[in-house]
Order: sequence, then structure tokens, then C-alpha cells
Amino acid sequence: MSDTVLRIENLTLDLPSGADRAHAVHDLSFTLARGEVLCVVGESGSGKSMTASALMGLLPGAVTIGGGRAIFGGRDVLALPEAERRALRGAKIGMIFQEPMTALNPLMRIGDQISEVFEAHGLLTPTERRARALALIEEVGLPDPKKIIRAYPFQLSGGQRQRAMIAMALALEPEILIADEPTTALDVTTQAQILDLIAEIRQRHGMAVMFITHDFGVVAEIADRVIVMRHGEMVETGPAAEVLAAPKHDYTRRLLDAIPSNAVPRPDRVTAAPALEIRNLRKTYRTGGGWGRAAREVRAIDDVSLTIAKGEVLGLVGESGSGKSTLGRAVVRLVDPDSGRILVGGEDMAALDANALRRARRRVQMVFQDPYASLNPRARILRSISEGPVAQGVAKRDAEARARELLEVVGLGADAADRYPHEFSGGQRQRIGIARALAMDPDLIIADEAVSALDVSIQAQVLDLLRDLRARLGLSLLFITHDLRVAAQLCDRIAVMQKGRLVEIGPVDEVFLNPRDPYTRSLLDAVPGASWADGGSPARAEAI
Amino acid sequence: MAIATTVLGRLIKAAITLLAIVVLNFLLIHAAPGDPAAVMAGEAGAADEIFIAQLRERFGLDQPLYVQLWNYVGNIIQFDLGYSYRQGAPVFDLIMERLPATLLLTLTAFGISLLFGVAMGVAASARVGRAGDSVITGIALLFYATPLYWAALMAVLVFSVWLGWLPGFGYETVGGGFTGLSRALDILKHLILPATTLGLFFMAVYTRMTRASMLEVAQMDFVKTARAKGLPDRVIRRRHILRNALLPVVTLAGLQAGQLVGGAVLTETVFAWPGIGRLMFESLQARDYNTLLGVFLISAAMVILFNIVTDLVYRLIDPRIGATR
Amino acid sequence: MSDFWSRFSRNRGAILGLVLLAAVIIVALIAPLIFPKGPWQMVQRPFLTPFATEGLPLGTDTLGRDVAAGLAYGARVSLLVGLVSTLVALAIGVPLGAVAGYYGGWVDEAAMRFTEFFQTIPNFALAIVLVAILEPTLTSITLAIAIVSWPPVARLVRAEVLSLSKREFVDAAQLAGLSNRRILLGQILPNAMSPIIVMASLMVATAILLESSLAFLGLGDPNIMSWGYMIGAARTVIRSAWWLSFFPGLAIVITVLALNLIGEGLNDAMNPHLNRKGRA
Repeated sequence: MSDTVLRIENLTLDLPSGADRAHAVHDLSFTLARGEVLCVVGESGSGKSMTASALMGLLPGAVTIGGGRAIFGGRDVLALPEAERRALRGAKIGMIFQEPMTALNPLMRIGDQISEVFEAHGLLTPTERRARALALIEEVGLPDPKKIIRAYPFQLSGGQRQRAMIAMALALEPEILIADEPTTALDVTTQAQILDLIAEIRQRHGMAVMFITHDFGVVAEIADRVIVMRHGEMVETGPAAEVLAAPKHDYTRRLLDAIPSNAVPRPDRVTAAPALEIRNLRKTYRTGGGWGRAAREVRAIDDVSLTIAKGEVLGLVGESGSGKSTLGRAVVRLVDPDSGRILVGGEDMAALDANALRRARRRVQMVFQDPYASLNPRARILRSISEGPVAQGVAKRDAEARARELLEVVGLGADAADRYPHEFSGGQRQRIGIARALAMDPDLIIADEAVSALDVSIQAQVLDLLRDLRARLGLSLLFITHDLRVAAQLCDRIAVMQKGRLVEIGPVDEVFLNPRDPYTRSLLDAVPGASWADGGSPARAEAI
Repeated sequence: MAIATTVLGRLIKAAITLLAIVVLNFLLIHAAPGDPAAVMAGEAGAADEIFIAQLRERFGLDQPLYVQLWNYVGNIIQFDLGYSYRQGAPVFDLIMERLPATLLLTLTAFGISLLFGVAMGVAASARVGRAGDSVITGIALLFYATPLYWAALMAVLVFSVWLGWLPGFGYETVGGGFTGLSRALDILKHLILPATTLGLFFMAVYTRMTRASMLEVAQMDFVKTARAKGLPDRVIRRRHILRNALLPVVTLAGLQAGQLVGGAVLTETVFAWPGIGRLMFESLQARDYNTLLGVFLISAAMVILFNIVTDLVYRLIDPRIGATR
Repeated sequence: MSDFWSRFSRNRGAILGLVLLAAVIIVALIAPLIFPKGPWQMVQRPFLTPFATEGLPLGTDTLGRDVAAGLAYGARVSLLVGLVSTLVALAIGVPLGAVAGYYGGWVDEAAMRFTEFFQTIPNFALAIVLVAILEPTLTSITLAIAIVSWPPVARLVRAEVLSLSKREFVDAAQLAGLSNRRILLGQILPNAMSPIIVMASLMVATAILLESSLAFLGLGDPNIMSWGYMIGAARTVIRSAWWLSFFPGLAIVITVLALNLIGEGLNDAMNPHLNRKGRA
């Protein structure tokens, strides 16, 4: 594992004038050895993806190379003419991207997109290319290769598309595989499979992998060595086990601390009266149909019953398509359930007419996922927060005074009220969203993936705020998330949903330590870095 | 199978649309100031009392409105668009006689505008922000602002009157006595100016659309994937960007078909091109509303047919449409 | 707002458009002052060539009327019809599209079928038929242009409203107990304004082209001098008096070009994320 494939020396990438800083990457040096997995970790804006783009020669027009070298095969790839860089791309350095849904040409068959790699480098005859494509599809574990080779991207799931991307990157057996957050957009079980596949391929082909991620769990899962980046600079590097176990730099330590650990807290058993009772709730979506075709049915909520006690935090976890968000939205009637009861303070939300609903909605408020879409861009913060109470009959002056007060409560300061959403960062906007929910003085708050779009360190701050508010105000919270580690940190009880059904519900320690349902178990097993977080050593990285 | 169902569905929709236009026509006749029979006969023919009486009888103008509508629709379903008193012939025959010339003109103009528009859009997008881009965008902007009929008149002035290169009027040389290939060539010569001037505006539309669409698609993730494969730029542009960028252009082209037919009224008027557009202009001049409405109906039918065709083309390009998962 | 102006003024084309349009507007406003006799009066013998006679810079037409006066008065009609018909089209298209996009379901279905119907009909042909049958007056012309212009507005507004109402701030407004009407008017439509304004500026341009085309075919208000009418009247004498067709056409091109340039400038300034240069 010693011979160096790639040596980056003092790489600096300049941002265009007018950007919020001068360099996307500043004075970065590192090496990549044959057969190793090097994880480049950092939050958004750390310059980790830019580094990869620079290596591939795929920098966006405005970003330029300010200095430094990247020695690969005895030559500085940054200084090569475009034609020679192109010859390297795909052949010697392969790359896979974050968004499998958009990274494939929607109008081309999968087989053609793989064959194209050979064509790009003038290799093989069309028949041979096809045969190789078929073999590659087989190698990355796609089902029914003969069918897949003729399929269009839209006919594949996200995980399958990412496998197809890997097949393309593998086609010419490159010496380096650059993976830019390849599992971030995937569900946790799919993520585990793709990580396994990358590890397996690395072993079989002996290629070096530069794996870019924001997730230390993934690092623990796959990395041999780690580089931690912040604001375009490397703050720490070393073997994965060392960095994870004993981070030297303060920033790394904060990042690691910010990761919700799997050390499951022992919750107080809550026995108070229920804040929310859901009884036999159902919602089925029908799509298509007509013209004699049968409609497709998706049971988004399939006979779900659960209770949240006053002052309790219930975590609702599941993968995409499990129906967890639909359930949350059904509680507040943003989605109309087909049948069942939703009791809030003795009133059945499911049975209310439009007028009664408008009044009753005060009781349950939501904090949303996307900090950029959850605030009206043309309204001042004050209006966004006070509008609801005013509509409910609170005097405007009182509502506005309360809004300023709440902005203090969520840690923003009262003067935030007179500004517009675009003046705030993602984490700050989530705080505003929380203040808006609190302004209605609700019995229950539903947080729908409220921290998922945030960087880890920001995530930790928002979770702290929620924990603090809960302690101070005795909030009841339905916390919807795909991230089991986050759920473990905050929740008293955990409910697990799969394909619309509630498969398990129980106190957080029981669900995590003694899952009864096999699906819960598989979810827990798939969490990246699970063994490391439990206090063990990096599992897979060590085994190789 | 899926295609057949689609076509059937489209045809049913087309029939409903046409029926609605027929009803619209009927309402217009009744909305017009004056006696509907006089409206249909045309003002110039208003003197002929016998004819108007015939019309009254035929449409039962003394009967309730819905009966009149029923009769009107019934006639049109049998391709009876009424009689042009001014031209002394059934409107349907008049239109059928003129239709080939219009089809030749509009389809040629469509071909020219799409071909050159897409080519210029692609060329501009490849030079974005540079001089070549500015020149092409500038030309497109200018054509986009030029009235069709004025472009036609100026083309006649320059290429026909001043330079004498191309004929400025008509469909073929009157009394030229050409047959076979030489006649085709003669018609082609007459076609160049009308088709080009009719196509200019639409070419500008397609240029702008193609350029914008190419630039948008160029930002997409799969283009980055293609570059990461090491494909040369020209292959990426043709195979990955252009094919995806054409989708909205095809959609737009389908929608523009109606405007092309409308534009033909102006072009045919300037060039004395013997198509249904010219017929429409003549019926305007003569206040021959029966013919006017007939042309309107037939041109709408043409547009609907064209829309069905573009829809099918779209399906051929985009595998996602109509596929069952 | 100042952001908007600084972005808009950085676009040289848009500034050019603004200057040209301002010139046309000024000419339209002061036409009665420069040409107190109006556009219809015979002032000299017919067919005077341009730049030859003192006081008649653009020559005279087939009836000896001042071409320059015709152009100045024609600007009034073009701008008026362009503006009013666009406003009428917006008044039809915006509510229809907004209601369709927000309420969805059968309302949307019905509204969109209706819109599609109007979009399928060849719009210039429909305008011709409408004006011909209703008799050409300023009102019927404006109305006809509005009737053929609103469908794209309805579609645009529907798409905008549809995408905006999926945003979480709309969910939040519902949870706050706001009524649908207040959400639509207070939260959604203000956010859809930029694309509507851009489209409106381009629609004025298209309406001017339509009006001139109708007038060219003889479907102008017979009491009002317009550019299209001037070209139509001079069509048959193009061989002998080219300037009679040339100058009014040039006026149309300049006005329409100015509006299009402004529209593009507005688009760039209001949607800065859609960088026209295409490189992020």
C-alpha cells in the first residue's frame, strides 16, 4: 500500500472576485496510494468537491487553478493540454457523482452509456463494447443484465443508477476512482450496499479511491486514511482509525462531537396524558388508471395507530417512501387521510370541516425540511412569524412583540424580525422556522426532517436548541427523520415505518438495543460506522 | 399498442376541439352586427334577396337557436362549409383547391426555420459570451422584432425589384408553359422568397429557444458525467446536450404551428401566393364571411393535425413519455 | 430594488431598449404638438421622396399626406393597443392560471382544457375572424388581441403557482390558519410577479406586431392612423415608392425590438440565478 499514485502539491484554486472568499482551496497537499481509500471529509463549502473537479479538469468556468501541481504518472495533470487531460478522464481517473437521478442521460440506454466510455477512448469494436458493458453490469451487481443494458435511466432506482455509474467509472479499469458523495442521496440500506460494492471493487481491481463525504460514519465504514477540510484548507490528516479515535485538531473534534453517537440515552418513561392520538389511520395514493388501465396503488399510511404523550419526543424513522412524511402531513391535514382518527386535545382533526380546521390547526405546528423553501422570500421575518397568531385573532401588537421575544428564545435576537429570509443561513432559517411554530403556542410540533439539510455542526446546534426548548417549555414533539443516529439523540421513543406500516414502536433504548422487527434490525445494521460509534474500531477498513 | 391508444385519444380530443371551433363560428355569425343570413352571404351580396332568402330557409333562421346550431354542425360534418356567393363556388372546394400551395409554403418555411434556427442556436451556445454569440443573438433579436409582411415586402423590393434575382409574385410563371422538372424548378424559384420571409420570425424563435435550452442542458449533471468519461466536446454537444435540448424546441415547434398558418395569411397576401391565406385575405376584402370562417376552420384542423404529429415525434425522442414503469 | 436596478443597468441592451422606447413614447405624446394638422390631411403633392422637401423629412404618401406625421400618430395606436390588450390578457390569464394551479383537481382540468383550446386555434387567424366579424374598431382590435394572447399567461401563472404552492412556506401559511384566498394573494402571487412582468413586457411587443399585421390586412380602425395601415396602403406601390413601406416598418421594428430588449433585461435582473451567460 505504499506506492503513490497521485501526489497533490500546494494546490490552490481561485474563486472569482466578488465571491465570499478568495480561494476555494488553499495550499492543499496530499498523496494517494495504490489500493487505498482516502476519505476527504468536510462540510459544505470546504472545497472538497472542488479538489476533485480540479483533478478531473471539470472545474466550473469561474474557478481557476491558482497554483500547485497534481503529479499522476510522472506528469502534472493540471498543466496538461486539454486533449491529454481528456485522454486521462475515464481511462485513468474515473469518477462517480452524488445525484444518481440526474447523472445519467435520460434519453440514452444504460448499455449505450457504458459502451460510450470505450468509444470515447477509441477502444474495441461495437460488439465487444456491448459484451464488456454486459459484463460490467453484471459485475456491479445489477439484476437481469440483459434487460438493464436496454433500459433507460428512468426505469432504474436510485441505487441501481449509482451502480450503473460505477460500471461506467470501472469500464477502463482506472487507477484512481473519485467518488463525490456517492451515497449521500441514497437511503441508508442502499448506501450500505453501495459502500460494500466500492470496497469490493477497490479490493478486486486494486485501484485508489478518493472518497469525498461529509459523513464521519461513512469514513469509519470505508476509509484507510482521512483528510479533514475546512474553508478550503486541510486541517487534519492521518489514518482513519487514529483520526476517529483521537482527533488532533479542534475542528475535527467538534465535527466528531457533533455526530449523534449511538450511545443510547436512557429516557424517562413519560406517562402524562396524550398530546396526540392516531387511531387506524390510512391513506392510499392511486396514480394512472383511466383508458382501461389499472391504477397503481401505493399505501402511504397503512393502518397506523400511535400515541404521543404530553412532553414526549417521539422519533418517526424510515427510508424514503416509508410514509413517515405523509403521516406527519396527515396529522396536520396537509394530506387528507382516507380513514382513521387524529385526536389532538380531544378533537378529531380528521373529521373537521375547512373552517373548524383553520382554527384547530393552531394546536399542531410543523418545522420543515428545506430551510430555503420554508420561509416566504418576500416577507420580513416578523410577518412570517406573526401572521399566524394574527389570523387566529391575536392583536397585531401582541403578536409582533411575541415574535421578537421568540426570536430571542431561539437564539437569533429580536432585530432579526425586520430582515428578510435571504439574509440568514440555513441553520438560522431553521431557528426562524422553530420560532414560527412556537408562536402559535401549539400542543405538538412536528419536525419533518428538520435538520437533514444542514451540515453536521449546524445540525448539532439545532438539535441542542430543540432539546433546550423541550426542557424549558415541555414541548411535545413528533420528530420525523431518516437518520437513526439523530433520532437516538433526541427521542424518548422510536417508531419505525416501512412501506406505510408501523413495524415497531418502543422506548429508544429497547428499539436500538433489542429491535424486535427484522426491518428495524436491517436499518440499524446499515447505519454507516455503526460499530465504530459503538466504541469498536473501524470495521471494514481494518479487514482489508 | 400504447401509441395506438394515444393516437386514438388525440383524435377524439381533436374532434372535440374542432366541434368547439364550429360552435364558436356559429356564435360569431350570430354575434356579428346585422342579419346572420346577410353576414353569411357577405355584404356585397346583400342585394341579392333571393339568395338571402335561400340562406334563411336553409339554416332555418326562424327556428330556435339550438336547431340552427344543430343544422349548422350537421352541414359541416358533411364537409359542407357553405357556398361562397362572391366566388361562385362551394367554400370547401375553394379551400381544397388552394390548400396544396399553402401546405407547400408553410411546410417549407417550417423546415427552413427549424433547421437554421436549431443550427444557429447550437452555434451561438457553443460561443456563448463571445462575438459569434452576440452576432447570432443580435440577428435573432432583430428578426424576432420584424413584422412578417414587412420582411416580405422588403425582400420583394431588394431581391425582386432592385436585384431582379427572384420572382416576387405568384406561384409559378404565368403562361410559362413549363412541365415536369422545369415546372418544379420554376415553382421552387417562386417559393424561395415567401418561404424564407415566412420562416424568418420562426427561425428567430427557434434560435433563441435552442440556445437557451442548450445552455441549460449543458449545466446538467449527466453532461459532467459525459465529460468525466473523456468524451470529446463535440460528441458531448451532439449526443448528450443537443438531443436533450431539442425536447423543449419540439414542444415549442408544435405550439408554433398555428402561428405559421396565421403568418401565411400575410405572406401569401404580399406574394400573391394562391393558398388559403390569400383566400382568407380575399374573403376579408369581399366581406365573404362564409369563406372566411371556412378557412379558419380548416386552418385550425391543420394545426391540430400538426400537433398530433409533433406529439408522436416527441414520443419517439423521449422514452420517458408513455412508457409504463 | 437598488439591486434590481444595478443588475438591470449593467445590461447594455436593456438600457438601449429603454432609451428607444422612451423616444417612441415621447413622440407619441407630443405628436399633436409637432403635427397639429393630424395625420390625415393632404399637405403636398403625393409621392414626394424623403429628405428632399423642407418640412417633410420622410416625404408624402399616395394621397399627399405627411409620412412623418403618420408615423408619430401611429406610435400612439401601437403603444395604446399593445398596453391595453396586454392588461386585458393579464386580467384573463392571471386569475385563471392562479386558480387552476392552486386548487388543482377538476378546476385545473377544466381551466387547462379551456386554455388548450384557445392555444390550439391559430391565433392570428382567430384575431382576423374576430375583428372582421365584430367590425374593426379600436375596442374590437384590442379585445381580439387580448383574446388570442392570454393562454400563455394562464399557463405560466399556473406553472408558477403550482411550483410555489409546493413550497413549505405555503404549508406553513396553511398551518397558521390563513384562508386560501389570503395564501394565494398574499403569499404565492407576489412571488410569481417577476416572470409575469417579464412575460408582460414581451407580450406588449407581440401585441404591437399583431395590431400592425391586422391593420396591414385592412383590419385597422378606419379612423385611426397606424403603422400597419400605412404599409398596407403602400404595398401596391412598393416598386415606385419604397419609403412608404420602409419607414413605418422600421418604426415597428424599433419599438418591438426595444420592448424585447427591456423584457430580456428584466428577465436577467429579476432572475439572477438564471445567468444568461450560462456559466456559473
